[in-house]
Amino acid sequence: MSTLLAATGSLEPAARSFLSPTGAEVVFLLVGLAVLGAAVVSVTTKQLVHAALWLVVALGGLAVEFLLLTAEFIAWVQVLIYLGSVVVLVLFGLMLTRAPIGRSPDADSGNRWAALLVALAAAGTLVTLVADAFRTSWIDLTAGGGSTRATGEYLFRHWVLPFEALSVLLLAALVGAIVLSRSTSGRLPRPRAGKLRAGKPVGRPAAPAATVPSTAPTAPAQER
Amino acid sequence: MHLVYPAVLAALLFCVGVYGVLARRNVVLVLMSVELMLNAVNLNLVAFDAWLRDAVHAGQALTLFTVTVAAAEIGLGLAIVLLVFRTRRTADVDRLTLLGDPSEAAPEAAATEPEGRAA
Repeated sequence: MSTLLAATGSLEPAARSFLSPTGAEVVFLLVGLAVLGAAVVSVTTKQLVHAALWLVVALGGLAVEFLLLTAEFIAWVQVLIYLGSVVVLVLFGLMLTRAPIGRSPDADSGNRWAALLVALAAAGTLVTLVADAFRTSWIDLTAGGGSTRATGEYLFRHWVLPFEALSVLLLAALVGAIVLSRSTSGRLPRPRAGKLRAGKPVGRPAAPAATVPSTAPTAPAQER
Repeated sequence: MHLVYPAVLAALLFCVGVYGVLARRNVVLVLMSVELMLNAVNLNLVAFDAWLRDAVHAGQALTLFTVTVAAAEIGLGLAIVLLVFRTRRTADVDRLTLLGDPSEAAPEAAATEPEGRAA
């Protein structure tokens, strides 16, 4: 443990004071306040579409936090995937379930106060624990740790197998979403009458290959 | 940068997500709160990756995987929500009580039924 701490250079309580924050810390705190406020508004507002739009603010602020922690690639992944697709999917879901556009009074359920109690208790416990545990820890931020080049190197050098497994998972999710959202009216719609209907040969009329069993292995090859 | 700032922000964001999951009524808003919780975990992973200076960058790699899994999760979740809405005409989690006990006498019936089966 001591070698780990020595390697990270994280235990310097005398030099690092909370009263003289660096510029990155100030920006982190301000953006963090914005993220927290947007998240709180997003889970408490009565207007459902506004909740999704406040979620955009919260997730975009988190992308800025990732940038401040020198994880550039993850920041842009956050912008692309969360702000680009997840929020759009959420908005689609809200619209397709006929969410009311205006103020809906029953957005919160009856156990709101129990939920508030649980959340405040969890927040108090977690913040106390985390602040006590990492009070003197210091992150030495150096640029380039999360650049696209470094990301490609560690991802395709050390994490190839999880990466490929994840692609299979995405494929399974895609197929599952298609199967779930298909119309469940019973059977598939009949194929339209066309050239590929069963019982009618597609190629030349009166192809003899299917009816002459003695020359079956060679006849289709000659047909083509 | 002090490690306390990202850690505390992640903890608070996670608790905001917990409140949203417990207090919201619309299924889509519950999914949004789940996304908030996942993002809090992502922030923790990135911060601790920068703190520990991991050689294989396990934190950042896991963050990328979490983002991908979250995208798959929200796609499947919304498909299920739309299916539920199509069959039940509601997206209200408080009204989806098909698996609940319909009456007060249900526990007694459930308690006596296995005995009869065992006998």
